[in-house]
Amino acid sequence: MDRDEALRLYESMVLIRRVEERLRDDSAAGKLPGAVHLYIGEEAVATGVCAHLTDRDYATSTHRGHGHFLAKGGDVRAMMAEIRGKREGICRGMGGSMHVADLSKGILGANGIVGAGLSIACGAAFGAQLDGSGRVAVCFFGDGAANQGALMETLNVSALWRLPLVFVCEHNGFAEFTPAAQVTAGRIADRARAFGIPAEEFDGNDVTEVWRAAGNAIRRAREGGGPSFLEARTYRIQGHFEAESFVLGGGSYRGAEEIEEWRSRDPIARFRTWILSSGPADKAALDRIEATVGDRVTEAIAYAEAGELADPGLAETLMFAPEPAPEPESVPGEV
Amino acid sequence: MARTRLLAAIHDAVVEEMARDEKVIVYGEDVELSIVGDLRGVRERFGRGRIRNTPISETTLTGMSVGLAAAGYRPVVQMMFSNFLYTGMDAIGNQMSKLRLMTGGQVSLPITVIATCGGGSANAAQHSDTPYAMLMNLGGLNVAVPATPADAKGLVKTAIRSPNPCFVFEPNGRGGELGDVPDGEHLVPFGKAALRRAGDDVTVVAIGRMLKPSLAAASALEAEGVSAEVIDPRTLVPFDYDAVLSSVEKTGRLVVVDEARECCSAASQVAAVVSDRGFSLLKGPVRRVTTPNVAMPYAPGAEAHVIPGEERIAGAIRSLAEVRA
Repeated sequence: MDRDEALRLYESMVLIRRVEERLRDDSAAGKLPGAVHLYIGEEAVATGVCAHLTDRDYATSTHRGHGHFLAKGGDVRAMMAEIRGKREGICRGMGGSMHVADLSKGILGANGIVGAGLSIACGAAFGAQLDGSGRVAVCFFGDGAANQGALMETLNVSALWRLPLVFVCEHNGFAEFTPAAQVTAGRIADRARAFGIPAEEFDGNDVTEVWRAAGNAIRRAREGGGPSFLEARTYRIQGHFEAESFVLGGGSYRGAEEIEEWRSRDPIARFRTWILSSGPADKAALDRIEATVGDRVTEAIAYAEAGELADPGLAETLMFAPEPAPEPESVPGEV
Repeated sequence: MARTRLLAAIHDAVVEEMARDEKVIVYGEDVELSIVGDLRGVRERFGRGRIRNTPISETTLTGMSVGLAAAGYRPVVQMMFSNFLYTGMDAIGNQMSKLRLMTGGQVSLPITVIATCGGGSANAAQHSDTPYAMLMNLGGLNVAVPATPADAKGLVKTAIRSPNPCFVFEPNGRGGELGDVPDGEHLVPFGKAALRRAGDDVTVVAIGRMLKPSLAAASALEAEGVSAEVIDPRTLVPFDYDAVLSSVEKTGRLVVVDEARECCSAASQVAAVVSDRGFSLLKGPVRRVTTPNVAMPYAPGAEAHVIPGEERIAGAIRSLAEVRA
């Protein structure tokens, strides 16, 4: 990994983290109209995968989708405005946190239905294959989604048709509020191996590992080698959504020690140490990135706060695209 | 005009649109052999890059159409029996009907889903449903219910060219029926009802497969001196309320015939809107003739008992005709 690439990955991870720290604080302060599901601690996965994609490639995301949106090149200002329900939002305030999308950049959308991105990505990959354009589709999903039947269906059809599709399972340990061990049998990556799909499991908090594995999988997809399966082992530092204590009713599903243990494996801190120790960049370069990103986030929040509230009447105009002008009907005498 | 079977009319529509636009592709279970009969010869003509058998994986069939649309394609999904829509419902209820709004209008979803609907063939409860009401309720889907070969062709072509998700329901058991289909390019616009029979006393809105028994009932009632006007809405979303209201303005009486189950049927929606917008035109209650709220039984006599037939439709028309202003 050369210096430019290392700095690019570092910047992407720091941007996601700073944005989400603000969302965490803004949610706690009651400044956001809806729930946010944060990706803090998992930034290495979206970053390491999306580093190999261009705007022409497709990605489907999850309810925990801010990281995928930003790593794939989505605009931070438009995302922040969206989450605040503003008309400057990337979805004009109609989608919110769980549905950030930018079709012009191949970001097919964060999705509130666990596992729904699997078949959408499969369709995009089918289209890419029919085009013969060398595009690929990446599907981000969690260990919770791995228990949806859609995974078996899409593993099967993508293997049969050798689709340019990369499955990226972000194994963050929890299906909403339930630990994976209670709901997930066996090894998730083995599910892909059963279909003859190359599968790799790795430390999802090490962005160099994610970057390496994703690079191989995406190259294979581009070259017509068919689907691959990546299982990134990571951890969800925040709750299923912010303010989850209101629904937990005093109950808990994990211990504080476990969270602290994973904090010590923070992907950004680890990558910083790696960069400094293996020498692609010095501390000053990393600090400059931190400062620049901090300014971008501050500016994005100001932009979002200054925005206008979403148009309340917009929904009624958005359900259907305008139909083409009707052709004259050739049978006379009808109503 | 050419005498054409309904399934052949759908075939012609799909083939013409595939020839017109290379982004139109077709997939579904058993489509290459075309077990339903509406796509025979398509594989031989266009190859597996344009038509493809899929696994029996409805969740993925419907979901893939969304991804294909995002990638610039115009997928035509042959779902066989409309009961199988239930298995593929996430992509319908949570994705294709909502993504345009959720993305602030970024997405167009030119998806056509074709499925047969209705009973009458002893296919039993899981292959005989008429589930369009659940689609109407989602708000972002066009729903077409052709009852004639000409409309089947024209509505399928309009559906494939539409930038929106469109569901076209083939009337079960009517695929072999012949009808005149205009030569050349034939498109039927959405939201434009067809007058199938003119009359003065009672307006009958006959949806999809119900057109045939409704026309038979109207014909039989002529001998009794009851003049029924029969309107075929052709699409349920959008719905041509103006055509129905202007007919009710003349007759003052309305019967809606729908093979869907009574509760929240398309007939219920039509009755509600006409009662709301045309209350002063009505001389009596709006009558709905529907399948009762039961699953479709298998035995042919039991099936015929629950599906609206000529006699039950005639009874509803007659009972309203007796209502004097």
